[in-house]
Amino acid sequence: MKTLKQLSLILLASIVLTACSNDDDGSNPEPVNEEEVITTLKATLTPVGGGTPITLQTQDLDGDGPDPAVITVSSALAVNTTYDGSLLLLNETESPAEEINEEIEEEDDEHQFFYQASNAVATFAYADFDGNGNPVGLEFTLTTAATASAGNITITLRHEPSKSAEGVSDGEITNAGGETDIQAVFPVVIE
Amino acid sequence: MKYYIMILFSCIFSWSQSQNCSSTLSGEVHDFHDGTPITNATIYIKSLNKYTTTDVNGYFFIKDLCNDAIVFEVTHLACETKNIDIDIDGDTFLVVNLEHHIEELNEVKVKGASTSKITKTTQETILKSETIDRFSSLNLGDVLKQISGVSSINTGSTIVKPVINGLHSSRIIVMTNGVRLQDQEWGIEHAPNIDLNTAGSINVIKGANALAYGGDAIGGVIVLKPSKISLKDSLYGKSIITGHSNGRGYNFNTSLTKTYKKGWYLGAQTSLKRFGDFKSPDYYLTNTGLNAKGLSFNGGFKSFEKGFNVYYSYLDNQIGILRASHIGNVEDLVNAINNPKPLVIEDFAYDINAPKQEVTHHVFKTEFYKRFKKFGRVDVQYDYQNNHRFEYDIRVGDDRDKAAVDLTLKTHTLKTSVKLDSKSNITYQFGLNAGYQNNFADPNTGVRRLIPDYDKYDAGAFVISNLRLNNDINVDFGLRYDFNQIDAKKFYLTSRWNERAYNNEFANLVIDDLGTQLLTNPIFNYHNISASAGISYQINDRNNFIFNYGLSNRAPNPSELFSDGLHHSAARIELGDLRLKKETSNRVSATYNYQNKGLSLSAETFYNYINDYIFVRPTGTEQTIRGAFPVWSYNQTNAVLYGLDVTANYTLNEQWFLKNKSSYIKGKDVTKNDALIDMPSVKTVNSLGFSNKKWLNLKTELQSELVFKQTNFPNNNFEVYIPTTEQMVLVDVSSTPPTYHLLHLQSNITLTISEKSNLNIGLNITNLLNTNYRENLNRLRYFADDLGRNIMLQLKLNY
Repeated sequence: MKTLKQLSLILLASIVLTACSNDDDGSNPEPVNEEEVITTLKATLTPVGGGTPITLQTQDLDGDGPDPAVITVSSALAVNTTYDGSLLLLNETESPAEEINEEIEEEDDEHQFFYQASNAVATFAYADFDGNGNPVGLEFTLTTAATASAGNITITLRHEPSKSAEGVSDGEITNAGGETDIQAVFPVVIE
Repeated sequence: MKYYIMILFSCIFSWSQSQNCSSTLSGEVHDFHDGTPITNATIYIKSLNKYTTTDVNGYFFIKDLCNDAIVFEVTHLACETKNIDIDIDGDTFLVVNLEHHIEELNEVKVKGASTSKITKTTQETILKSETIDRFSSLNLGDVLKQISGVSSINTGSTIVKPVINGLHSSRIIVMTNGVRLQDQEWGIEHAPNIDLNTAGSINVIKGANALAYGGDAIGGVIVLKPSKISLKDSLYGKSIITGHSNGRGYNFNTSLTKTYKKGWYLGAQTSLKRFGDFKSPDYYLTNTGLNAKGLSFNGGFKSFEKGFNVYYSYLDNQIGILRASHIGNVEDLVNAINNPKPLVIEDFAYDINAPKQEVTHHVFKTEFYKRFKKFGRVDVQYDYQNNHRFEYDIRVGDDRDKAAVDLTLKTHTLKTSVKLDSKSNITYQFGLNAGYQNNFADPNTGVRRLIPDYDKYDAGAFVISNLRLNNDINVDFGLRYDFNQIDAKKFYLTSRWNERAYNNEFANLVIDDLGTQLLTNPIFNYHNISASAGISYQINDRNNFIFNYGLSNRAPNPSELFSDGLHHSAARIELGDLRLKKETSNRVSATYNYQNKGLSLSAETFYNYINDYIFVRPTGTEQTIRGAFPVWSYNQTNAVLYGLDVTANYTLNEQWFLKNKSSYIKGKDVTKNDALIDMPSVKTVNSLGFSNKKWLNLKTELQSELVFKQTNFPNNNFEVYIPTTEQMVLVDVSSTPPTYHLLHLQSNITLTISEKSNLNIGLNITNLLNTNYRENLNRLRYFADDLGRNIMLQLKLNY
């Protein structure tokens, strides 16, 4: 019986001690502001030879939350015109907004943007390349169709695509694989 | 205390009251685990100096006994000598279950029913250490599939969750050495944190009838017990080394136990397991390796009257998840489904990269018991568990090596039970338990918490009784009450809070408004009543029936209440629901057992009606900057599950046997009149076995596993616009993989090394024909084929 009594004492003591060690009651947990979330993609198209830049923007301020991304296109594009394009990626959940471009530039061999247009409203060419000479796509040129038309421009960012697969370095997404980090569809008018 | 005996149920009532000396004592001696008869056991009545031995069927009888209390001894070569007290009152029949090899205190049972099971009126199966050892290098879920009606839901081949009659996760209780495992079992990709090698035997009880363990086990209870401790001065151990061709895996497990005749014992066990990338018949499954380490100590003192046990176990699992299963949006999912091969295939490697899990689990337990004369046994137990789970996603930049999920779950449980077994025909057991659980989600992950911080309080009380009406009929009753309170602190995105319309119903839960996020403090209480009733009826030596009924309630788990985020492996947004109520199951089951010399047959049927069954289903799509995602929300419906599990063994002669294990199950959503998602397929396993003691105790078995295509499934397919192809595409997440057939071969021989040690060499080949297949309940079936051929060589040394 003596051993049992001692055991029960140890038992009780251990319960009391461990129960007291959980002292985080009362204080509230701290919120998590997601650091790597991309809320905003802004493509700025500047006509070669000058003119007013046109912006295509997708902005989803609640990240994976229920609100859909808001797509805005500042104005129509001109026919038969070449634009210099550049992308800006932002995390606007932080204040001031954090620029994400840098992270992609640092790991440019693992990222590639793809540009597609429906109804043949435009063609694209890459203007920046990673250390292996493969395209990245933060910089690009866009050439509009020769006739007035309307269609969609789709910009897709893939993480860890297989850049050496057939057609991928020419901007073909079909064989790219990888995971989609951004996908935005912009309805545009060529006039 | 020279002998260690326990009598649960002794003699049989006979209506004859007259005192005479013409009574016959007859009975059968069985192996406790599998019910096989023990031949040549000696039955010796000391006081009368009478003895006999059991025949080939384990049967014995002694004539001309007076109606009096007698003590008799049962001895057998492989077992310790047992003494049994019995009151002879007319012709008396009893069944003695002996435990082969290592004997535990109270495992000699004298019962009226010819059953080898611990519970008398439930659907229960026992797996012995021989079977467990064969799966030493695999998972709990793998070994349990040896039981008809138990399947698994997998994420690859290393995350294996047991499914009992179609139910899994929070609907199953896993007990390890008396401790209810608390290891975030709510998630489908959270496998039980158990090192199989710590178990000496595993009991699986289908349904919620084992109320002593908990009231919410709508699916069933899995009880892992450590190897039995024998009470003699001895030092013994076991080492197992296993090598696998598939995954180039190896496993090492060793255990050593020191026991003393006086009752003290101490045991230690450790295991190491390492696998690289597994291989399907045609390609490597990149990043599917595993690295596991386990350690356990078990010590204490035991005697018939009192004892204590202190137990500690540690497990560290690092598990890689198929690289190709990590995807960005629904378009990637469509590409993966449409591609016959995974999109990432690399050469073999042992490396485990993201996506991966790293889980550590500690169990500390201390228990003591004391038996009081003419009263019963009192048990008190305290246990503490610490479960720490990291999940690593594919991330970029500075966060590349940071975990995306970092959860620590700590659980304290105190429980006590009293078992009144002084009367021979009725026993009562009642118990109380209290628990405290704390979950902490580390915000340093930089990812919004999947499961919030919470405190959970549990209290429960139960009473169960077993009544032996006569030699042939056993009746069980049980009643249990549980109280659960969950007190969480959860951040919601304001947009999500409003979209779910929580702002109307739960506005009072908000304790802080951070603009884009709200801090809420949901506190929910649940009161659950569970009940169980069962009867077993031994019609004659060959036929036995069991009927039982179970009522159980389960409170929604944290995942069902609070899930709120993106699951990359499934390309879906999963949403819990604060409005969920508890679910209630009413399960009836019937079992028929038949046994004769050559044939043993067990047919188990069940019908389980679950009110407010909680499940997850697609409810639409949401657009994010990454593209479209289907939304899967937790819902409740009324569901019914019913099925039949059959196990049959047919012994042709001493060397050859045939075995069949088949299970059929159907799940229906009664409210919507539709099939239930994730139901196991119809399956039949047939084997032909051969054994010959003269050939180094050769045992070999050829197994044919046939799994039929699941034709009952809800259509959860949805259409989505794919911008890159500018098309609306049907996303087929519902269609099930075709029927598949696999052949497996098991064989082993045993070499005697010395008097006390032997070496068992096993050769097991799974998927002998290297068949390509995909299993419906493997969540990675969208991405890759299942495992190809595996040749496993195992050396087991008992000493």
